[in-house]
Amino acid sequence: MKVADKKRVLREMLFARRFEERCYEAYVERKIGGFLHLYPGEEACAFGVLEAARAGHDYVITSYRDHVHAIKSGADPKEVMAELYGKETGVSKGRGGSMHIFDVKHRFMGGYALVGGPFPLAAGIAKAIQMKGGDEICICFLGDAANNQGTFHESLNMAKLWNLPVLYVCENNLYGIGTRIDRSTAVVDQYKRVSGYNIPSAQEDGQDIELVYKAATKAVNHVRSGKGPYFLELMTYRYRGHSMSDSNAYRAKTEERMWSKRDPVIMLRDRLIDAGQITLREYKHMDTEILDEIENRIIAFAESSSEPDVAGVENYVLAENDPWVKGGVH
Amino acid sequence: MAEMMYWEAIRRAQDEEMANDPMVFLMGEDIGVAGGTYKATQGLYKKYGEHRVIDTPISENGFTGLGIGASFLGARPIIEIMSVNFAWLAMDQIFNTAAKVRYMSGGQLEAPVVVRSPGGTAHQLGSQHSARMEKVFMGIAGLRVVTPSNPRQAYGLIKSAVRCNDPVFINEHERMYNMKGEVPDEEFFHPLEGSDIARPGRDVTLFGYNISVHWCLQAAETLAKTYGIEAEVVDLYALNPLDRAGIRESVTRTHRAVIVEEAEPAVGVGAEVMAIINEECFFELDAAPVRVSALNVPIPYNHKLEVAALPDVDDVVNAVRGMFGL
Repeated sequence: MKVADKKRVLREMLFARRFEERCYEAYVERKIGGFLHLYPGEEACAFGVLEAARAGHDYVITSYRDHVHAIKSGADPKEVMAELYGKETGVSKGRGGSMHIFDVKHRFMGGYALVGGPFPLAAGIAKAIQMKGGDEICICFLGDAANNQGTFHESLNMAKLWNLPVLYVCENNLYGIGTRIDRSTAVVDQYKRVSGYNIPSAQEDGQDIELVYKAATKAVNHVRSGKGPYFLELMTYRYRGHSMSDSNAYRAKTEERMWSKRDPVIMLRDRLIDAGQITLREYKHMDTEILDEIENRIIAFAESSSEPDVAGVENYVLAENDPWVKGGVH
Repeated sequence: MAEMMYWEAIRRAQDEEMANDPMVFLMGEDIGVAGGTYKATQGLYKKYGEHRVIDTPISENGFTGLGIGASFLGARPIIEIMSVNFAWLAMDQIFNTAAKVRYMSGGQLEAPVVVRSPGGTAHQLGSQHSARMEKVFMGIAGLRVVTPSNPRQAYGLIKSAVRCNDPVFINEHERMYNMKGEVPDEEFFHPLEGSDIARPGRDVTLFGYNISVHWCLQAAETLAKTYGIEAEVVDLYALNPLDRAGIRESVTRTHRAVIVEEAEPAVGVGAEVMAIINEECFFELDAAPVRVSALNVPIPYNHKLEVAALPDVDDVVNAVRGMFGL
């Protein structure tokens, strides 16, 4: 990665971290309802992979831990926050919520709340790309625990069988909600599990964005060149519980301390400082700017936006005035 | 007007829609090289090739989800699920994704997929190949459900379903693929909403859908000849949404209603039509509505037991007789 890119991505990752932390506060304040799954600790996965891809050109799909992937794909953070607040100005017009962020104009194809649900959807998006003949790829981010769903195996099989341009990124944070991976999964190394489908794969440190970027570049190039699917496993850790309702009592403090020393934001920051490319003072200034932006631009927008009109509760169930419902146009 | 079989009508509709739009593709088990279990895709593999007539692995949830994902980008997949019993396995993607994605994305995405599948009982197929699942699908907001009772409907409903921007589940029937009927020579598109009056009458309305329309028509003949009762038969080819106006109008004409369904009674078409009658035209009724349904049992293998578990024409006639005290 070029120095300028590293500095920009540091800012973007710090923004994502502060955005998610502010979501936490808003949830505690009961401004955000429902379930809320946060991304701190895993930032280098989304940022490293999507730096290697073409935002707004390639299609991205993921699970319910989706705010940061949407923002990195091009969604306006204030519209993401407004969605969490359930407002009409939200990306999904207040109908989706935290787990269903969509921004189709930036080809962010959504967050889905059934574990493993996006596996076949991603293969289908790739099938449509193949039919249209474009050079886009579809990138599907899911956690390690999703790999124990049948859709994982069904989709990998079809993706390879039909040579579909899909990159599956496994964000392996070692826990499926509160169950550690070795207690739920016979083969702990996820990249090995795809060998049964003859799909090339790799495992990489998901905390070091430069390593993620490098591995993802190889993966993206493979898929874009028409060689079919690829599976990239990134070893990572979430700093909070699975969701806000998770007491997080199942993880050893020593383990948490170990991973906190491998914070993807701090690692990149310190690397840039050590190389003389930024100063700590510049970093702190950047942080202040970000906090200010989140409070005064993003939260303010979400707070001041209107809720959806109740009269519209039945909108978006079916297509409006679709002529074929009446048997077409004659 | 040519006479053709139900499967031929389905095949013709799919062929025409594939010729019309290169983004229409077919997916399912054994539909390509083998030509389809019920021949509904016969010859299409040869004509359109393996990329548009796709033999899938036996992964119902996977390939249904794949079709739904493709539809996000404007593809028009027609997914054949070999038997509706297997559609349970695809329910996650149909229910959680196809039916909900327009809503939860605030109208940004839509899933214009067609899922076709034969439901119903056939001949001694046993409990796990005799499901009647229309009652499950028709209760899902965001999913259209239609169920053709003849070749003309089968042709026209598929044509409209492919072009409609909503996900559409087409409930076919194992025992109807070889049924003959007239289909217009010229292209036509059948409405996805509404109902048909299959036989006009004035004394009682028999509501049927799919195969039970034929039981109703036969029962109506017997009722007219033997008892002088003129039954109106209403064909509910659309199950979601149901035709509230059509139900109200017919009951307002006849003041009596019998609903005939091949499925178990609980939470089914009969229950729903009765509720609509209650809501729309309760005071038009001269008698309490009656439903004719299957017994509340898994379908048995033994032929006599299977017949005993299912409703038939006599049950419809007897239900009407009971209503008139005959």
